[in-house]
Amino acid sequence: MVGTRSENRPDDEGIAMKFSKLIAFALLIMPVLAAAEARAQAGPATIRGTGDLGLVIERASGSLQVIETSQRTALGRVEGLGDLSHASAVYSRDGRYAYIFGRDGGLSKVDLLARRLVKRVVQSGNSIGGAISQDGRLVAVSNYKPGGVKVFDAGSLDLVANIPAQASDGSGLSKVVGLADAPGQRFVFSLYDAGEIWVADFSDPADYKLRKYPNIGELPYDGLITDDGRYYIAGLFGEDGMAMLDLWRPELGVRRILDGYGRGEEKLPVYKMPHLEGWARAGEVIFLPAVGRHEVLIVEPGSWREVGRIPVHGQPIFAVARPDGRQVWVNFAHPRNDTVQVIDVPSMKIVHEFKPGKAVLHLEFTPRGEQVWISVRDADRVDVYDTESFQRLTTMPAKKPSGIFLTARANRIGL
Amino acid sequence: MNSRMPPWAAKALVAVSLTASLANTAWAGGSISAQRQQELLYLLQQDCGSCHGLTLKGGLGSPLLPINLADKPDAALVEVIMQGLPGTPMPPWRFLLEEKEAAWLVRALKTGQTMKVSP
Ligand code: HEC
Repeated sequence: MVGTRSENRPDDEGIAMKFSKLIAFALLIMPVLAAAEARAQAGPATIRGTGDLGLVIERASGSLQVIETSQRTALGRVEGLGDLSHASAVYSRDGRYAYIFGRDGGLSKVDLLARRLVKRVVQSGNSIGGAISQDGRLVAVSNYKPGGVKVFDAGSLDLVANIPAQASDGSGLSKVVGLADAPGQRFVFSLYDAGEIWVADFSDPADYKLRKYPNIGELPYDGLITDDGRYYIAGLFGEDGMAMLDLWRPELGVRRILDGYGRGEEKLPVYKMPHLEGWARAGEVIFLPAVGRHEVLIVEPGSWREVGRIPVHGQPIFAVARPDGRQVWVNFAHPRNDTVQVIDVPSMKIVHEFKPGKAVLHLEFTPRGEQVWISVRDADRVDVYDTESFQRLTTMPAKKPSGIFLTARANRIGL
Repeated sequence: MNSRMPPWAAKALVAVSLTASLANTAWAGGSISAQRQQELLYLLQQDCGSCHGLTLKGGLGSPLLPINLADKPDAALVEVIMQGLPGTPMPPWRFLLEEKEAAWLVRALKTGQTMKVSP
């Protein structure tokens, strides 16, 4: 995580020159110094790490802002990224490059330090998200149209593999959702139309292996992988439960968990699909947004028993744990998306509620959790809050901000 | 899912009588204020867009471009918007939209006049 080196430093040996020549020398190197100075001010040539950097997606204008969480500022904007509605990002393992998955099928590689678009390929008509492999060499993108997964070389963005999502029952190509990386150079994903989970093993990229699990249930709409890389869980829109695959024991197949969590009651209309990627592990339990209900589910990993549920303000979209697991922050679907609630994990009670503004789309904690960054789309703002005092620390303008992604994700399985 | 009757066709059977003329009057200006029209376009782009794509080219939800909707009756589409498509993620909007507003949206979709709000 080291920045670009600044080159063309004045030659130290010059100091040893005779005094009479010193002034002439100084005059000579002045332009060089000035150039180095200009570069330093421009930013990219300054030596710095990337551990406190991140980006904010500006969904409607095809741009992103590079942000920095130590001083809490925006460093600059990168443009030309296409349709970024529902865009997400993963990071290279050195935290320098972000791979952005746009809705229009665009895969963009952005250099956070130089704040520049390095490369962009439009790899499908319509895509939904992606993942980076364990070794950082492969980037996979899940596509709606044509349904499938494409895998690229993380350096060059050259195509390495194309995996069409042909439904096992022969009904055609399926949209792919919930793509996640897993240990062992694997990518795991779900087929929305076909109701399947597939595991692709890229230990040998030239000869990858697919394992398919059909009949997992109807309309998987998203997936998550636990932070130990062990369990993959797909949310099912068409059913009252979720599908779980234990990647340590794949021979057991996909099992149904949380069956009937809606207790057979009619779902409320769902105006925005919940995101499972925002699932939260806090202490011994996992928090999941319930579909079509004003509830967050509390589940014990391993047994996958429901141990409780917390009534919340609206239909949850993201339920994200502060990195220490002490709090879970929740945002909500339209039309209740102006509110954020904070659950205190030890007491399982809502201890704070506030309204940052209309259309709170995403929340991202700093790696040790002292701050949370919140995008407020309709207010064209990103706000930063202190997670202990709940005070707003700062706010900055952004054009229709949606996802916020910090480089700490580079070091986490499943992100 | 793939063998199902197209949703609009199923809806058309029950909904033809409903709104055919209403849609046209609503588009002509009707009782929807200019401000509300802007709000509706914003909703279409941002909130419908979260499933159908910001540019309505499709996502989890089907594409909603004029070419995709041309041969589907207005009334059926209004019905889909108001009642949703049970068994799919398409939610009923009747709790948030009036029927004449849905009809206005259908006209906007069919004529491709959906991007009036600058982002
Ligand atoms: C939560 C996701 C979601 C949202 C939000 C959503 N839709 Fe849909 N919509 C769908 C899905 C999925 C389908 C396709 C259902 C199927 O046939 O499988 C659909 C289908 C439709 C259709 C039928 C298209 C056709 O070709 O028959 C129309 C019209 C439509 N939506 C309009 C809207 C409008 C207008 C809004 C906003 C007011 C909206 N939708 C918001 C998911 C959504």
